[in-house]
Amino acid sequence: MLDFTADEIDAVRLSLRVAFWAMLGSLPFGLATAMVLARGRFWGKTLLDGVVHLPLVMPPVVTGYLLLLLLGRHGPLGRFLAESFGLVFAFRWTGAALASAVMGFPLMVRAIRLSLDAVDCRLEEAAGTLGAGRAFVFMLITLPLIAPGIVAGMVLSFARSLGEFGATITFVSNIPGETRTVASAIYTLTQTPGGDAGALRLTLVSIALSLVALLAADLLARRIGRRIAGE
Amino acid sequence: MLEVDIAHRLAAFELDIHFRTGRGLTALFGRSGAGKTSVVNAIAGLIRPERGRIVVDGSVLIDTERGIRVPAHRRRVGYVFQEGRLFPHLTVRQNLLFGRWFARDSAPASCLDDVVDLLGIAPLLERRPGRLSGGEKQRVAIGRALLASPRLLLMDEPLAALDAGRKDEILPYLERLRDQASVPIVYVSHSVAEVTRLANTIVLISDGRVRAVGPVQEVMGRAELYPLAGRFEAGAVLAVRVAAHDARWRLTELTGAFGKLMVPLLDAPIGTALRVRIRARDVILALTPPIGISALNVLAGRVEALVPIEEGALEVELRLGGERLLARVTRRSGEALGLVPGRQVFAVIKTVAIDRRSLGRQDEAADLDDGVEFFEG
Repeated sequence: MLDFTADEIDAVRLSLRVAFWAMLGSLPFGLATAMVLARGRFWGKTLLDGVVHLPLVMPPVVTGYLLLLLLGRHGPLGRFLAESFGLVFAFRWTGAALASAVMGFPLMVRAIRLSLDAVDCRLEEAAGTLGAGRAFVFMLITLPLIAPGIVAGMVLSFARSLGEFGATITFVSNIPGETRTVASAIYTLTQTPGGDAGALRLTLVSIALSLVALLAADLLARRIGRRIAGE
Repeated sequence: MLEVDIAHRLAAFELDIHFRTGRGLTALFGRSGAGKTSVVNAIAGLIRPERGRIVVDGSVLIDTERGIRVPAHRRRVGYVFQEGRLFPHLTVRQNLLFGRWFARDSAPASCLDDVVDLLGIAPLLERRPGRLSGGEKQRVAIGRALLASPRLLLMDEPLAALDAGRKDEILPYLERLRDQASVPIVYVSHSVAEVTRLANTIVLISDGRVRAVGPVQEVMGRAELYPLAGRFEAGAVLAVRVAAHDARWRLTELTGAFGKLMVPLLDAPIGTALRVRIRARDVILALTPPIGISALNVLAGRVEALVPIEEGALEVELRLGGERLLARVTRRSGEALGLVPGRQVFAVIKTVAIDRRSLGRQDEAADLDDGVEFFEG
């Protein structure tokens, strides 16, 4: 039963790699966006908030197609990145990571923003009176206090990536060894005669991965939370 | 040396504050909502006054006319908040050292050990704020502000959030801080007991304006200021020293510029400087030195002013050898004795009216009726 084929192992490895980079790559942007949304006061904030949340409510296929239009080989941004930096997303695993990152972005921003809202601004004020400038206040006070939110956001992004299917297959297709993640592989196997056993194996792997990620995150967040509660 | 001259508008409330003060502890005193906290926030740089100038030790923190505004983190003004505001994710030691990190090259850093000793927080160093009592938190907060090597220390009602026992616990540390640390302190309070015990100088603030500035004895001895300060019972403050103890009759003799005062036996060494607050209503006035009465204290003085306070009553301000005393009498008595400014009178104070009451036991309700108290000073 648990005899994985080389393709299946490839799919698992690829899924983990895609999820890892999607999570890590979107972290700085997620943090910055959450900061702007939580603390900023500017015209168009509601609009930005809406745009950030779009991938959550739009059909994933639409998100994938937009990415394809924008970042495909002939898309305006795609051509620019390919010519200037040699960075190609279309039909590469990097594209799968990007699609996953975009899909998980609202979840990450939400988690971080919630924890930012919970930070007591008076502590930051106190740090200021002790001589800490804004950058130090952020690094020494704000960042440690929102650490559980950041962890939660990263896990949500990672888990969302593992489950990403629609945007990925639209944007980067379903190329074995390059863009065929666990989700795409399961889809392919269910379309193939005699692929049931493989689909089931990958399904179990998928469940296991998601569970481990959630449990690890819970453990970590609880440990950090204890430290932040000041006990 | 602190110089404050600011104007600021908050919704319908107008703040217009001018005062200068020197070393020691300056109390910003007044009822809640008078604008005291806004003043310290402006000094710390947490609010930006619309107009004005604040100078600490010759360096300008803000001067709207010249367009100078030093950001809060460059002001080197320590701030002890009412709720402590310790960083929950850091240990007590890390909290204490937080400010020193940034003050490294700008000032001779106070030594951690000295501050820890002064505040008695050595056993807490490795703990986290979540496990500290309210009083311990406030002591750590004071230490944290001190260790940032401030030029000025602001304290915004640091005892207000504490219960009576915890106040008792902290007051001696505040006195030591006032006497031992060289940093001037601006202390916000609406408690007459705290202010009398701690302050060298009082700045009385009411409705966003400064109504009086001066030494504690001077300001507390002025009857017309009481309505501005809140619902406090008038009572003058006398500076005294412990002169002798009489174990047989369980009495202590105090001396001051006004003469001698007999009080119930105090547990303080001879020579200790104290402050005594004497409620106006505990003082009887007589035109000649009374004889054959039980009261042990008869002090000679002159009437300085008469302030009608309510139906049928007068607050009489007296001068006793450079000190002020307040006496409350009926208008009828005032008329009968022919009390006018300049008139010589004798103030009679019952020794037993002067009971040693621990300041910490004074909660807000007791503030309204705090009789005579002693304060190390």
